[in-house]
Amino acid sequence: MNDAVHGWEEAYLMLELKNITKVVGADTHIHPTNLVLERGSLNVLLGPTLSGKTSLMRLMAGLDKPTSGSITFDGKDVTGVRVQDRSVAMVYQQFINYPAMTVYENIASPMRISGKDAATIDREVRKAAELMKLTPYLQRTPLNLSGGQQQRTALARAIVKNASLVLLDEPLANLDYKLREELREELPKLFAAAGSIFVYATTEPGEALLLGGSTATMHQGRISQFGSTIAVYRKPSDIVTAKTFADPPLNTIELVKSGNAFERDGITILPVPAHLAGIRDGSYTVAFHPHHLSLVRPHETAAALKARIIISEIAGSESFMHVDCAGSRWVMLEHGIHDIEPDTAIELFVDTRHLMVFSADGQAVRGA
Amino acid sequence: MEKTWNNKAWFMVLPVLVLVAFSAVIPLMTVVNYSVQDTFGNNEFFWAGTDWFIQVLQSDRFWDALQRNLLFSAIILAIEIPLGILIALNMPKQGLGVPFCLVFMSLPLLIPWNVVGTIWQVFGRVDIGLLGYTLDAIGVPYNYVNNVFDAWVTLIVMDIWHWTSLVVLLCYAGLVSIPDAYYQAAKIDGASRWAVFRYIQLPKMKRVLLIAFLLRFMDSFMIYTEPFVVTGGGPGNATTFLSIDLVKTAIGQFDLGPAAALSIIYFLIILLLSWIFYTVMTNSDAQS
Amino acid sequence: MARINLDHIRHAYGPNPKKPSDYSLKEVHHEWNDGGAYALLGPSGCGKTTLLNIISGLLQPSEGKILFDGKDVTNLSTQERNIAQVFQFPVIYDTMTVYDNLAFPLRNRHVPETEVDRRVTEILEMIGLSDRAKKKAQGLTADQKQKISLGRGLVRSDVSAILFDEPLTVIDPHMKWVLRSQLKRLHKQFGFTMVYVTHDQTEALTFADKVVVMYDGEIVQIGTPAELFEKPKHTFVGYFIGSPGMNVLPATIDGSSVHLGGETLSLSFAPKIGAGAKTELGIRPEFIRLGREGMPVTISKVEDIGRQKIVRASFADRPIAIVVHEDGEIPAEPKITFDPNAINIYADSWRVGGEA
Repeated sequence: MNDAVHGWEEAYLMLELKNITKVVGADTHIHPTNLVLERGSLNVLLGPTLSGKTSLMRLMAGLDKPTSGSITFDGKDVTGVRVQDRSVAMVYQQFINYPAMTVYENIASPMRISGKDAATIDREVRKAAELMKLTPYLQRTPLNLSGGQQQRTALARAIVKNASLVLLDEPLANLDYKLREELREELPKLFAAAGSIFVYATTEPGEALLLGGSTATMHQGRISQFGSTIAVYRKPSDIVTAKTFADPPLNTIELVKSGNAFERDGITILPVPAHLAGIRDGSYTVAFHPHHLSLVRPHETAAALKARIIISEIAGSESFMHVDCAGSRWVMLEHGIHDIEPDTAIELFVDTRHLMVFSADGQAVRGA
Repeated sequence: MEKTWNNKAWFMVLPVLVLVAFSAVIPLMTVVNYSVQDTFGNNEFFWAGTDWFIQVLQSDRFWDALQRNLLFSAIILAIEIPLGILIALNMPKQGLGVPFCLVFMSLPLLIPWNVVGTIWQVFGRVDIGLLGYTLDAIGVPYNYVNNVFDAWVTLIVMDIWHWTSLVVLLCYAGLVSIPDAYYQAAKIDGASRWAVFRYIQLPKMKRVLLIAFLLRFMDSFMIYTEPFVVTGGGPGNATTFLSIDLVKTAIGQFDLGPAAALSIIYFLIILLLSWIFYTVMTNSDAQS
Repeated sequence: MARINLDHIRHAYGPNPKKPSDYSLKEVHHEWNDGGAYALLGPSGCGKTTLLNIISGLLQPSEGKILFDGKDVTNLSTQERNIAQVFQFPVIYDTMTVYDNLAFPLRNRHVPETEVDRRVTEILEMIGLSDRAKKKAQGLTADQKQKISLGRGLVRSDVSAILFDEPLTVIDPHMKWVLRSQLKRLHKQFGFTMVYVTHDQTEALTFADKVVVMYDGEIVQIGTPAELFEKPKHTFVGYFIGSPGMNVLPATIDGSSVHLGGETLSLSFAPKIGAGAKTELGIRPEFIRLGREGMPVTISKVEDIGRQKIVRASFADRPIAIVVHEDGEIPAEPKITFDPNAINIYADSWRVGGEA
């Protein structure tokens, strides 16, 4: 490791992206971005495919050089430092292991390169294998493992490297649903134990919420918001963030606030709830999550609306009903099984306590 | 996805650049040097300007040889590319036949040019060659030494025998990279064998075909050893291609100036044609 | 559209299968209704893709017959079976336009061009690619390409069945919602027989009328989404369906009472259990109420996932998951009660009913 970056693993760690951009040819992959990530933190990059998650990770890793701006690690400028000279581990969507080595040797490989002694290697490999439930498979080669086990091997290798920065690019995307669920539960434990900076890219809002930590929502090469995961989910700063962070998709409707009513063409659609009473009259995009739409009145202040069923989907304990309501297409998430035929007219309720409103420029507007 | 940036890479490439400089650029410069000067030996040189170039371009000998070259390459490409595709399509994709076919296909490629020439020279002789003797026995008149047509046929058959394998191997590599799902989808879509070829196999082979086409063009355009060994450029000048003509000029007549000019023209023609083929073929790719 | 009969089908990839473990697909014997929407759900390697390929004709079963509308099609090719299939990764004809891609299956079957145009225009509208009809398919994004694959599957009106092999793998979450509901609506509208393979329970449950849960080459349960959720026949189904899965706790059964650690619950029925069977109680996290009354638990972690909270706790020395509503509170001395109607009893992992 060269002198300029020596001492990364010591003391207080912080990764700071200052005004970085990435332009490739005529395409801007990353617009000017500022981000500070702290030691021991878990940071989720949430956004759809091609929103810039991978581009940003490659800049963090040093696989790509930013077009402008700088990256500092623990106060030292590392913008031009190559990935080999940084303390970085990366796990990809594809299961990447050395096919000819056993699981044991795969996990041991980063420590062999850094020249650790055999006893330390053995101890660390066994510890990581135990954590990742790989102990019975240590002598197998990766191709004789299931996808889940292969990805566990890749994760174990990233852990033992003890890197300052661990980048996980949709690591669970190629795994079965149930395996994802299991690994999602185990990953935060790993993060808590390691003390490195973790960055985790995903397209799924549910995954971000399960992992917790902090989330940066990404959209078209920009970070739209960064903060504690649950806070970003509950209080998105703009409509882009709210939409990125909604699964099922966010329900929206364009309405005009006039006094204590949200209207369209002079007809009251929704009452203005207490938490929004202070906002100015005018045009807004009103939004709420599908589980705040209900077939039964959830609360005395809930607003009743007429709607038409487009299609009902049953998902075990709950039902998703796609509805046409007040000219908008919404999704309603209701507990229990409601297999309502298409084109049925129904009455539904909006839990107005959870309404979010956004101004014409997409910024969130909060009441008093 | 972009490539990893790494300045060290240039140092790695440096030895190759030096080697290329010594093996190609410096000799080429020497040739350029010769092409604009006149010499009568004794290391005495006189400035000749573009005289040699004009002389070469005005000579019938040059244009005749160039025509032969173009005709030869056209015939070679017209036969070897479709034939290569056809063979590749019919090669087994899995099982024991695969290694067998691959080795069998590679065999001609392993034989040096002059040996190929010698093999065919002997093979085609009426007195002792199996081919020549057999044809003669069944009453087909065949003599590549005297008959222009027979000489050309011999050279073309020889080249096909030697090089179609290259096209086959390249196409085969393209074909095996097509995921099974494409063939399954085509079956389900009710596609005919021709439609599968036209809409799945051909598009997926496009890149390797471009490479095969360029390689075969450049190689066939520069053909030297085989005609030199088999026909020696004859009968008459019937198989005197640019390369043979060049050697005759340079070594046979020791006209270094015209020979140098001819080499440069020859080189530029190959460069130009390769560039045209490449641009046309990649452009049609970009439009789609 | 057709009724599909799977008549004693078994499949082994190796030659000369003898032991049951030699079979990747153990015996399947079922009748699937004309116009039904079926999902094959299970983890990788459970045999769901093998079964799908047997139905499509890409694979010949080692044993058994397959019938479409009573006609034996076991030895017929994929083309002759007249089915449509959508694969996991987009399969598009690069050099054709989007329009020609969709028209391809029709033109191959010599459908008149006016009919081709009508169908293709309709499908383009549905998959939202009308404005790209004349563009080459090559430059499209992965989800647009997959929409074309889906479109090619739906464009023929005369198919016996449409098969889907994890078609939404490469699609972003938001687009999944749109495509899924469109497929479902199409099914309601046109009554295609559809078979959908997936490992994603949400996709399977929302798509299908009947979900076929597979595990280790076997069909464990075929049921409506509600049946699978409320009455999982096997603990595997309980675990696999639901997120988090069903809590399965070791229990001793004594008549109609259940002993869990130090706690005793009474059931509304007396399960019939053979001697020596391993008995367990299954209860879904959604049917456990967390409050101030009931059996004590120790909470280890609360995961706030937005619209609900998942409480991880320890009950009778066993980990247990409890789902609490978004606005639900978590008491200081937490206690739980089970919804008595949602309790399932398992003997050797299979559900036992009782004479209620």
